Formats: sequence, C-alpha cells, structure tokens
Amino acid sequence: MAIGTSRKERIDSLAESSATETGVSLAASAWRRLRRNPVFLVGASIIGLFVLLALIAPLIAPHDPGVRMLADQVSRATNSIPPAQEGHPFGGDQHGRDLFSRVLLGSQQTLLVAVLATVIGLGGGLTLGTLAGAFGGWVDSLVMRIVDVMLSVPSLLLAVSIGALFSAQTQFTVILAVAIVQIPVFARLLRGTMLAQRESDHVLAARSLGVRQRSIVFRHMLPNALGPVIVQSTLVLAVAIIDAAALSFLGLGAADDSVPEWGQMLGNAQNVIDSHPHLAFWPAACIIVVALGFTLVGESLRDALDPKRRR
Amino acid sequence: MALLEVRDLSVVFQRKGEDPFAAVDGISFDVSPGQMVGLVGESGCGKSVTSLAIMGLLPQRGVRVGGTVEFEGKDLLRLSDRELADRRGRDLGMVFQDPLSSVNPVIPIGVQVSEVLERHEGLRRREAALRSAELLERVGIPDPGRRLKEYPHQLSGGMRQRALIAMALACKPRLLIADEPTTALDVTIQAQILSLLSELVRDTGTALIMITHDLGVVAGMCDEVNVLYGGRIVERAGRHELFAEPRHPYTAGLLASIPRLDAPRGERLTPIRGSVADNIPWAGGCAFAPRCPNAVDACVERGPEMTREGERLLRCHNPVGRPAPSEEVPAR
Repeated sequence: MAIGTSRKERIDSLAESSATETGVSLAASAWRRLRRNPVFLVGASIIGLFVLLALIAPLIAPHDPGVRMLADQVSRATNSIPPAQEGHPFGGDQHGRDLFSRVLLGSQQTLLVAVLATVIGLGGGLTLGTLAGAFGGWVDSLVMRIVDVMLSVPSLLLAVSIGALFSAQTQFTVILAVAIVQIPVFARLLRGTMLAQRESDHVLAARSLGVRQRSIVFRHMLPNALGPVIVQSTLVLAVAIIDAAALSFLGLGAADDSVPEWGQMLGNAQNVIDSHPHLAFWPAACIIVVALGFTLVGESLRDALDPKRRR
Repeated sequence: MALLEVRDLSVVFQRKGEDPFAAVDGISFDVSPGQMVGLVGESGCGKSVTSLAIMGLLPQRGVRVGGTVEFEGKDLLRLSDRELADRRGRDLGMVFQDPLSSVNPVIPIGVQVSEVLERHEGLRRREAALRSAELLERVGIPDPGRRLKEYPHQLSGGMRQRALIAMALACKPRLLIADEPTTALDVTIQAQILSLLSELVRDTGTALIMITHDLGVVAGMCDEVNVLYGGRIVERAGRHELFAEPRHPYTAGLLASIPRLDAPRGERLTPIRGSVADNIPWAGGCAFAPRCPNAVDACVERGPEMTREGERLLRCHNPVGRPAPSEEVPAR
C-alpha cells in the first residue's frame, strides 16, 4: 500500500509540475519541492509532534508537575530517587515529582522560549538590517560596527553575560538574553541581502519609474531579501532551544522550578548523573531531538528557496 | 526648442585610492519631441552611463557629474532627489537591457504596472488595474487580465520586456531612454520589440534615445545617430548620411565589422584592433589613435576638436573619404 500511494503521489506531482509551471507562485513551487523532501518531512514531523505534545500536555500529563507526590521515596542519605512504578512511567525526580509529567510539560516552556526569542531577535534584526541595508552611509556603518562587536563575542557567552545582568532571573530574561544574541545574526544577514537588492536591476528599474523610496524598500527590496532570513530563523529556533537550555542549566533561568523546563531539569540532574542517569537522559534527548527537527526543516527550506536550485 | 538639451555632460568615477575614471567626457546632444536619437558605441564607451546620468540614477557617492541636462528648460542635474523621482516614470521613462532581472520577482506583473499609475497619476487600485490591462494589451501581451496576476517567472523574456515597456510608457513620458532593450532577447523577439517601440513612440509623440552597440538597430529606427568613443561623441550624422558615408575611422570600422550577406564569400570581416582601455581616454591626444588605421602625428599631439561638415559633426584630424574639414566650431 505504501508503494501504491507514493507512486500515486509521484504521478500527481509530475502532472502538477507540468501543468502548474505557468500558474503557480514562488512560495507554491518551493512548497512543492519541500513536500517531496524526506529531510523536511522528518524535521516537520518532529516539530509537529512536539508542538502537539506541548498543546495537549496539560490534558495528558498524569500528574501535576509541581507536586512532590513521591517525596516519601526520596532520601538524601541513601541517594534514592523514586524509580519507575505504577502510574509513574519514568519514576520521580530528586524532589519526588512525576518525571514523565515534567518532561511532557517541559515542551511548553522550551518551545515558547525558542519561538519568542526567535521572534524578538528577528524583529530587532529586521529593523537594524533594513535600516543599514536600505540607507547605507553612516547609518550602515554605525549599525554594522555595533553588530560586529556583538558578533565577535561567542553567542553563548554573550547570552550568559546578558542573562546574568538581570537581578532576578525569570523565564523572560532567558528569552531576552537569547533574543539579543540573535539580533546581530539577523541584522547582518538581512543587511547583506538588502545591499545586494539595492544594486539589483529590478530596483534600478523601479527607481527609473519614480517609485517612492518607502515602496522601494518595503515592496521591492525587503520581500526579495527575506528568503535567507526565513531560513535562518528556523535554524535560530534550534540554536535558541539549546541556548535557553544552556542558560537554565547554568542556573540563569527561572529560580522557581515548579514549572518544568528541560534545561533546568538537566542542570538539576547533574549531581546525580552517576547514580540516576535517566533524570538527565529524558530532557537531554528531548532538547536534542527538537533542535534536530528545527535544523532539518531549516536546511531543507534553504535548499527549497535557493534561487540557484529554482527551475 | 529641443525637449532635451545635454550640454558638456561629464561623469567621472572616483574611488578612494584609485585614479579617477572619466566614463563620459563632455557629451552634448539634443533630442526634439518625437525624435529618435541613437547613441552607439562598444562596451565602455559611456553610453549606458550617459543614460543613467540623464535619469539621475547614478550612485551618489564616488561619482562627479558635470555639465547640464536640460529637460524642457529645467536642469535635471540640479533637481532634488524628490523632484527627480517625481519626474521619473512620468516625464522620463527607461527600458533596460535585461528584462529577466529588471522586474521584481515577488510581485505580480499587474501590481508593478499599477504601482507606476498609482504613484504618478494618483489612480485608485481598481482604476489602475483596468489601465494596466489596457497597457499590457497595447504592448501586445495576450490575455492581459490573466497576465496581470502572474509573477515574472511565468512570463517569457519577450513578454517581460513588453511588460517593462508598458511600465515605462504607462504615464506617457515625453522622453524614453531604451538602453540596449533587445540585447538579452532572441533575434526573432528583437525585431518585434523594436517595431513595438518605434510604433509606440510614433503614436504617442514620445522622444526616444536608443542606446545600443548594434548598428543594425540604429539603422532601422533612428533619425540621428551619435557615435561614441571613450566617453565623447566622435561623429554625429543623420542615419542615411552616416551609413552611406562614414567619415570617422571608428564609424567606418564599426560598419566594416558587421557581417554582410552581399559581400563575396571568403572575405574576412575587418575587426577594430584592441579595446577601450584608458582611465582618461582623451588626455593624450585622440582616444582612438592607438587603434586607428588613419592615425597621423597630429592625433597623438592634441585631441581633435569637434568640426562641422554641413549637418554632420566630426571629431577627427584625418577622416575617411573626403579631405579633412578646415572650419572648426566649438564643441556643442
């Protein structure tokens, strides 16, 4: 059956590709290529699965992640931590809370942090990059010097420094720290593509028609410059997950650990990693798999939107 | 009165740490309403830079523009960016060399045509869309209603060039500059585009500056032809006079390097040796002297002035054909 459907798909898409070459937009043709790319499908499935889990986590989590319901099985003296048991498939953590529920609900925090950090970073980067790329001159020099200084510091180190600047760390300061680190990446990327657009023939043609500067920037330059930025943002999602986890791991996340977060869980597990490696395994595995999902999607998007591979 | 009067136009590119490069070195010509004027020369002779200078589309840094470009009595070079942008697309139109890259790939063709109308004539979106459809029909794009919604990659090169012509002529500009409009197209399409251009120009009374390296294009369309070399006009004449009796050795060389069907078989083409090279071509005598079969001592001593011969202007010490004219006129 699997062979049957895939062949049908292939025929359909073949028919489509011959029929739609004259009736389909760029986004649609990129989507057609993506749909057939196994790398994209794997990545998208991973992301879809985790997004779904994050959405329904409160409904399917068997227990409240903040309640120390297995506290009686925790003993610091004997270094015992609740093992897997009836109703608790992963057992409990070192405070006696249900590990399965915590891993499940951790997806919410992780995805939220990643998406918000990326969106804020993207917003900042778009603003700066557009300014620099559209106007050039001293605006460009000023913006780019700041960006270069920020880029010269390793991103995680910068995120840790920014995170440590806040007097009270919360989930929001993590988001902000991760976002600020990504701003120069987006700004530089967009500035480069905007500059290329500024020199392009079609922008010259638009100028020869007297099109207003505002329209040239936002209609003729920006949309054409966005492709690489979109790709970059999916890749940044992966980086944001890892950076946010790293910050939490280092204790720069929310002080309150009743709301579970994978990086924080990983950090808390490091004292007992010799005796109870499963406490570190589950959150670490989730971080890796989600980050991998975003990376796969990002890479395949890059291929699909690459003009050199466009027919 | 002429529609466009270009006087002593010069464009010098000056990059930091590099020698200045005079791409255009004192060009003067007139264009009357409805007239078709050709600017001809090989790569690097300054013809495209001239057109960009007239349109005010040269980069602002690293470029010095001198002389005047009077359009209906107003010097375009002295206008503010805003005033110039108001005129571009409304009074001045331009068609570019490469239709594939001269359209915005992410916006439907219709929106790009409409944008010009909305910008200059203040039309609302619906009216602009209607007018755009008419325009596309006018430039020979079949089924304009459907084409308006299509993206550039769905149109062939010829179609895109037609769409670009529609954009350039949308607001009925009084001057259209066509910068090698057919170079990137198939030969069969070239003829179509050229006849479309001359037809539109004739119908609307728009003046046309045709910039090309192809003497065949000029022969078919232009009333007057300026031959450029090294950023200066070396010969100007009416089309018939120029082709019948080229006077400047460079013009003669250009004509001799065109393949002819009526030439005897086995006869070799006569190329012009070398290529345009110098940074300031006219600094030491005639720029063409190193490649010129007719060069005499005077050519390297001092550059020839522009001389008048009836309707013809010529910049040469030792022209082809009849003996050199004696009467010198100040360069116009």
